[in-house]
Amino acid sequence: MSFVDTLDRLPETDSASILRFRSLLLPKNRDELEQMARQSSAITRQHFGRTIRLFAPLYLSNECINNCSYCGFSRDNPILRVTLSVDQVVAEAKHLAALGFRNILLVAGEHPRFVSEGYLQKCITAIHDFIPSVGLEVGPMETPEYSLMVEAGCEGLVIYQESYDRSAYAKLHTAGPKKNFNWRLDCPERAYAAGFRRLGIGALFGLADWRSEAESLAAHLAYLQRHCWKASYSVSFPRIRPAAGDFQPITHFTDRNFLQLVCAFRLSFPEVGIVLSTRESEVFRNGIAPLGITSMSAGSHTEPGGYTGKGHDSLHLTIKGKRVELNNSTQSFNNNTGATPQFGIADQRSPAEVASSLTDTGLDPVWKDWEGVILRQSPQGSTSLS
Amino acid sequence: MNELIEYVSHPLTIAGRKFNSRLFVGTGKFASNEIMSDALAASETEIVTVALRRADLSGKGDSFANILDFIDPQKYLLLANTSGANTADEAVRLARLARSAGLPNWIKLEIHPDPRHLLPDPIETLKAAEALVKEEFVVLPYINADPVLAKRLQDTGVATVMPLGAPIGSNQGLVTKHQIEIIIEQATVPVIVDAGIGAPSHAAEAMEMGADAVLVNTAIAIAENPQKMANAFRLAVIAGHEALMSVIPETKAAACATSPLTTFVYPDSQ
Repeated sequence: MSFVDTLDRLPETDSASILRFRSLLLPKNRDELEQMARQSSAITRQHFGRTIRLFAPLYLSNECINNCSYCGFSRDNPILRVTLSVDQVVAEAKHLAALGFRNILLVAGEHPRFVSEGYLQKCITAIHDFIPSVGLEVGPMETPEYSLMVEAGCEGLVIYQESYDRSAYAKLHTAGPKKNFNWRLDCPERAYAAGFRRLGIGALFGLADWRSEAESLAAHLAYLQRHCWKASYSVSFPRIRPAAGDFQPITHFTDRNFLQLVCAFRLSFPEVGIVLSTRESEVFRNGIAPLGITSMSAGSHTEPGGYTGKGHDSLHLTIKGKRVELNNSTQSFNNNTGATPQFGIADQRSPAEVASSLTDTGLDPVWKDWEGVILRQSPQGSTSLS
Repeated sequence: MNELIEYVSHPLTIAGRKFNSRLFVGTGKFASNEIMSDALAASETEIVTVALRRADLSGKGDSFANILDFIDPQKYLLLANTSGANTADEAVRLARLARSAGLPNWIKLEIHPDPRHLLPDPIETLKAAEALVKEEFVVLPYINADPVLAKRLQDTGVATVMPLGAPIGSNQGLVTKHQIEIIIEQATVPVIVDAGIGAPSHAAEAMEMGADAVLVNTAIAIAENPQKMANAFRLAVIAGHEALMSVIPETKAAACATSPLTTFVYPDSQ
């Protein structure tokens, strides 16, 4: 049993709650949207209080074996690449910790040779002492490999399906293991089996009809809540941003659509986290933060070494899987100061500025909301009750 | 002042320690630590719960996780809660961490593996309670309103039982009222109604039923004016308890006529 079977039988497998969700996605006039936003805001305060959690992404590597039309890291994009050493990852994490972050999402392109399970374990272990909450957004793994990540101290996994539309997915993922739609779709269930506590799912909006993507995402969430009941869930609705390869959105997903989607999820899934990234502008983020959002990134960089400049001395190209050093023939890249980002961010404010803006809105920015000892052996030795 | 004097005459005793207030207050969900601190003061609570996962337990004075700096340990007993733990093992680890960080050994034992409804796991809670009592913690377990579980926990030596009125943060009031009544009737330790109390009237109702105390968080934290709401809960808890102590007249199914129908058989009194 997996969500693959359920997805392929939608809408016949729709539950009552999905039917209600679908009605919330129907076109709404201004007054109706205002009403939804008010309800969404009230429900969010009821469940999450006057708080917003803050986190930062930390990019480990921009190497990738996949070709995904919308992604700056696609293997055929001639970009400046690097994989940070574990020491460099620690330096980046310490920089983020000094800014306040106690919740970090480690992100990497999918490339087993550069970003192996062993490497990821070392990165997690190395930062876990001072970063209580470590999440992972990397290429899919099997359950035993995911278990190694949990044992190393990782409690969250983020895996976006990108598109739930099989035909759009096939057109956009032209090379690499990511072509396998079902393998990716089953990821959250494999991660749950490995013991991950927080699972983040989502779709990249702008690739297929947004309502249809949202319905599938909601069905996925409802399925996971029922079958993988001990995990806490968050959803995210990233929109296409400018990136290497210059991909343009295929479908429209406007600010109003985005707001309606946040409200629809909140009204249908009151206790599910909704994550908002720096892909969105300052004005949009300030407006939507109190209306359903529970977690925000701030001051993000989407390139490895982006926070401290670490790794800039080993930038290179990767052509057909082989590292190619920068030389005269690649001079056009040499003026760059760092690795190429996955996409450009829109909200350029510092973490402190974002926190201060939340405070002004009456929301408490929460930096620490997890204690690493929950999943780890205590220093005093055995914790077994037996 | 009269209300206070009367109130103090019935202090709450938990694990040999006396408390004048019967209102526990939780510290999550507030818009800022300052607002939380003002609400605690207005509530006149003496027991304050804090989620360990929100606090800095490293002793390094982390300014990004400084919630404990806003809770005066001279004024309030800090009741560390194990929220975030999914299993008995995890809860015990958190409790040990709290003790090693110098916090009181009073633990609000909270194990809810279901993040949707935050309903407590009875099996893991019982296991953890047994282990923590053996390690000489003062254990206040959060439980569903299950009278048998409450008795099993009392057998392990817990200091109180804390049955839920309704799911955490739901503000639904005493949905489990009849089960709580059984728990109170059978209790050998104080019964503190926790979770679901969304309005002062719910708190008063719990106290009138004979609960020894109530715990409130969301209803205060997300109120437009948390300080005023904290005061309202303070008054409601006092009112409910005072009413209980005054023996509330029984409710009757039918109206009681003020012009009696039977006076004709008492000719002398006419």
